[in-house]
Amino acid sequence: MSEGRTIERPWQRWLIRFGVFVAMALLCIPGVWVVLTAFRPNIEVLARPTVWIPEVWTLDNFRRLFGFSSTQQGLPVAAYFINSLVISLTSTVVAILVGMAGGYAFARYSFRGKGALFLAFMLSRTVPGVALSLPLFILWGRLGIIDTSFGLILVYMAINIPFTIWLTDGFFRQIPPDLSEAAQIDGCTRWQAFWKVEFPLARAGLASAGIFAFLTSWNEYALAAQLTRTTASKTMPVGLMDFTAQFTVDWTGMSAMAVLIIIPALILTFIVQKHLIAGLTFGGVKG
Amino acid sequence: MKFLRSPQAAPFLLLLPSIVVILAVVAVPLLVSFWTSFTPYNLTRPATLYDFVGWRNYRRLMGNSDFWWAFGRTVVFITIALNLELLLGLGLALLMNNIRKGERTLRTIMMFPMMFSPILVGFMFKYLFNDAIGLVNNALFDLYIISRPIPWLVDGVLANLTIILAEIWMSTSVFAILLLAGLLALPKEPIEAARVDGCNPWQVFRHITLPFLMPFIFIAMTIRSLDVARAYDMVRIMTNGGPAGRTELIWTLMVRTGYQNSQMGMANAMGYVSILLSIFFTVYFYRKLVAARSFMGGAQ
Repeated sequence: MSEGRTIERPWQRWLIRFGVFVAMALLCIPGVWVVLTAFRPNIEVLARPTVWIPEVWTLDNFRRLFGFSSTQQGLPVAAYFINSLVISLTSTVVAILVGMAGGYAFARYSFRGKGALFLAFMLSRTVPGVALSLPLFILWGRLGIIDTSFGLILVYMAINIPFTIWLTDGFFRQIPPDLSEAAQIDGCTRWQAFWKVEFPLARAGLASAGIFAFLTSWNEYALAAQLTRTTASKTMPVGLMDFTAQFTVDWTGMSAMAVLIIIPALILTFIVQKHLIAGLTFGGVKG
Repeated sequence: MKFLRSPQAAPFLLLLPSIVVILAVVAVPLLVSFWTSFTPYNLTRPATLYDFVGWRNYRRLMGNSDFWWAFGRTVVFITIALNLELLLGLGLALLMNNIRKGERTLRTIMMFPMMFSPILVGFMFKYLFNDAIGLVNNALFDLYIISRPIPWLVDGVLANLTIILAEIWMSTSVFAILLLAGLLALPKEPIEAARVDGCNPWQVFRHITLPFLMPFIFIAMTIRSLDVARAYDMVRIMTNGGPAGRTELIWTLMVRTGYQNSQMGMANAMGYVSILLSIFFTVYFYRKLVAARSFMGGAQ
């Protein structure tokens, strides 16, 4: 594609490089600063004049979070982390399975009320989490599933299913129906044809749908804040919020917790980053 | 039973689990919410859930200036944020489109903010813009630009500005990534033909690149408008509506009314207003998307 460009003059090229550099710096600095804070003692954060590069590197902040340190009361971060992991993974796996079936139905069958049903699913995703939390708080309270992982898993499933349907519908449409028809002529049932032909082809797309679902659950705060109460079900974002509400503001501890929240998300995104963009655009544009 | 075995039943069976979950977790609660918004339901007095008071909650909302301020602020906030994100995202995508070395790494960096939890973004900006120990004030101080700390999150106007900055930081990437994908899919022939015919770069952009990008712009807008309410998490941790209600958005006001003041009936009425607001933005952009798609003739 380099031939098609008109930018020949060196100053233009440098201007573009400069612009990209500034943009990337702005995107990176906040995160880098929080990571640096997570590994420095609190005294450096408060120091005057500003200590830009940490002079002392320490893991104390993380030790404190997990209660290995005698200096401060620990938040039950280990419990929050496990809750987050269990809730996000379970709701993602179920949402992908359920949503995939739905997406397949939209991509491969035509039936009455198809357009309206699709729209209904999308509109259900539009409801803001905060607004949905009010009636769920009332209902879950009466059902006795407030402050359980199950209650939150159910909610996150419902949040992720519409988007999964939207993405998988797009992916299955990319796969020519002839392939599974050929397999059926060769003696497969439709069920076998799906798992042997269509599923492997859609796997990359499903992976990206899974990442989106996982990130949505992992990062969600508004619903979790109202539907959880104790270490039985509190997730990491709720824990971080608790931290800020404490009497003394502990910037290094909160930064360490922020790092813990971002690491799993970072790892997963790197694994499938190539498919992530393709997933968003194909699912959307080729309607 | 005969229907269940017929081929027509297949799509319904496949869709059944999704429908059941959405009904149970979204549709039924929304009905409950709708009913509650017509009652004076107070969490401290459970029996009030069964008193029907008609439109009283809505009438009170209409006459409540705090609510109108929060509502207006929310609409202005969404409008400013989405427009700036689009412009900055488009600019970033155009820049990235001209980079040939290390573009993969740069694209990965560009995706960083997408992985961040809104609550995390809120915490980050609360920390960066802290008036005493924040990175921004420290940097301005060390560069001798300011001699006294700027009260970013303490002053009403500056707090709104900081929140919009955080929102833009969080969501510009969504636009940049989708628009970059659009630019990469842009066919080369029309552009070369236009150049041969003597179009300048602006004309090429205005009449070829931009129309081609329109569906991508509307996808990005639709995806973004689906979760504008994510801003609640951010505001919750940064200012929680303060100072003195100057950054109150409809979502923070709703939570305060419902959970802190236990006025669930009133909060659910606000909830419905916020739902309609979200639906309005999504449907608006989705219709533009459908129109743009059919305009492109399904070519892409």
